[in-house]
Amino acid sequence: MSSELLRYVLRRVIQLVLVIFVAVSVNFLIPRLLPGDPVATSLARLQTAGGGTAIDIEAISRTYSERYGLDQPLFTQYLNYWADLLRLDLGVSFANFPEQVTTMILRALPWSVGLLGAATLFSFVVGSWLGARLAWPGAGRVIRTVVPGMMVLAAVPFYLLAIILVYIFAVELRWFPPAGGVQTTTIMRFDWPTIRDILHHAVLPFAAISLGNIGFWALGMRSQTVSVLGEDYITFAEAKGLSPHRVFFWYGIRNAFLPQITALALSLGAVVSGAILVEVIFNYPGLGTLLYTAIRGQDYYVIQGVVLVLIVTLAVMLFIVDLIYPLLDPRIRR
Amino acid sequence: MTDTAAATRASRRRASRVDITLVLGLTMLGVIVLISILGPLLSDQSLANVGAVRPRRPPGPEFWLGTDAQGRDMFTLMLHATPNTLKMGLIAGVIGVGFGTVVGLISGHFGGWIDSVISIISDALMTVPAIAILVILAGNIAEMTTMIMALVVASLSWMFTARTVRAQVLTVKERGYVEVARVNGMAPLEILFIEVMPNVAPYILASFVGTVSAAILATIGLEALGLGAQNEMTLGNTIYWAQQSSAVLRGFWWWWGPPIVVIAVIFVGLFLTSVGFDRFANPRLGRE
Repeated sequence: MSSELLRYVLRRVIQLVLVIFVAVSVNFLIPRLLPGDPVATSLARLQTAGGGTAIDIEAISRTYSERYGLDQPLFTQYLNYWADLLRLDLGVSFANFPEQVTTMILRALPWSVGLLGAATLFSFVVGSWLGARLAWPGAGRVIRTVVPGMMVLAAVPFYLLAIILVYIFAVELRWFPPAGGVQTTTIMRFDWPTIRDILHHAVLPFAAISLGNIGFWALGMRSQTVSVLGEDYITFAEAKGLSPHRVFFWYGIRNAFLPQITALALSLGAVVSGAILVEVIFNYPGLGTLLYTAIRGQDYYVIQGVVLVLIVTLAVMLFIVDLIYPLLDPRIRR
Repeated sequence: MTDTAAATRASRRRASRVDITLVLGLTMLGVIVLISILGPLLSDQSLANVGAVRPRRPPGPEFWLGTDAQGRDMFTLMLHATPNTLKMGLIAGVIGVGFGTVVGLISGHFGGWIDSVISIISDALMTVPAIAILVILAGNIAEMTTMIMALVVASLSWMFTARTVRAQVLTVKERGYVEVARVNGMAPLEILFIEVMPNVAPYILASFVGTVSAAILATIGLEALGLGAQNEMTLGNTIYWAQQSSAVLRGFWWWWGPPIVVIAVIFVGLFLTSVGFDRFANPRLGRE
């Protein structure tokens, strides 16, 4: 490993640590800086929502304050917060007392990662491919009509596409289930019926996220490819008599694809934001639905926990993308 | 001769295609803006209050877009929700771009450690899923209003502008006329606002479209999660209520259809306009 590469990796490690540090601190500070006591606010809202049952908010809030050390100085609280985090203790759910927030998140995480990971990878690869084909001379009529249509579709927030998909394919045609990650009666086992059921439920959310993203990647790849097309090395490769296939893959796509990876890193946050709402529409048992239920139930520690996990997961994924990047671009590796 | 004629024809055809995208985009936005301005004037807002009309009516001659579960006329609701959503997006966009411009100017012009700190913060914020931070912010505000909503969204929509402005300032700074101004004894702040700023302005304008569009997206997303100003009539809230009353499963398509159509028209309009402008300003992109 050259010293330059080492410096690059080191800088990325520092950035990763910084993002996590800031995320945790912001997560800790915002509720404490804003006027009002979050626990009391949550409970008050819960009370209004629950039809005004007479609960002694003061007493409950005081109990919480003592139990979680909210009456101690800010800095002590901050240190305690870090200590809890390092023990993976994100607090206890109000709504599902006494369930641990960590347990709830770990239960939801595989669903989100599976759905979002598959859909993002699929739309990234397919979208980039279509965008490159569209920009390359001699694109077929199908590509020239379908791909721009996908680009327009990508402008619409994809959770809205999700609503339309549910209506057409789950309510009207009844081809796919309208909600959930798996049939409620299915016993989770590692066998074909269970897997088929999970896949059957995943089709519509997968389609919604993909439909909303393919056009976005195609758009980026198209403009990258257009600028690559003007480069001398393409002309040279053609003049050398290389097959159009080889020029397309090894001279066109390979160069146009690199900025796409940077774009992927930068837009993962937006994809996750949209996917949260897709999960809500489908009542999919992932982090998005967990967050939504927590917001509706004013389940304070769950909201905080999910948000933290989202930020940290994303930061780690970005870190990985950035580490892979030099492997793909020989100019940086050297 | 024929070659030139063919080239002229080709370029005219290209020009007309550019126009179609741009014109279509601007028309869509124009229709939305027209509805936003005229709608509230020409309709009776009381029809969009809870319980004003019979609930759950399908679209018909009396209620053009039917009525929702809470007894509100969907058509009137749309006429009032559209301007509210646009207003929030515009306010958030103006604040976000304004703040981003100032930060970008400072960062690019002064450089040094200020620049490093600002760059690190804005880079970090750009990669964080905005909705996560917005949820924490919005969830901790006891009473949500449209204005606070715009502020919350603006707090995370300045980074792109800041980056663009910073990059532009860095290139403009080295130009001859800035050098001349410096030699003539102009104060750094004067140079910044009189010499540098006007040259960065087109980029600020360009990032404004993107920021407004992102801000509208964020507000609708937060509202759809139930974190908006619940008593206001907005497009995101309409979707939230449709979702709350299981409109999709119960087949009440007119509860979610109209807001989706309006939102789609807004975003497709913004998209086509920006693509059209890009081709207009940068003809190289237009070639197929």
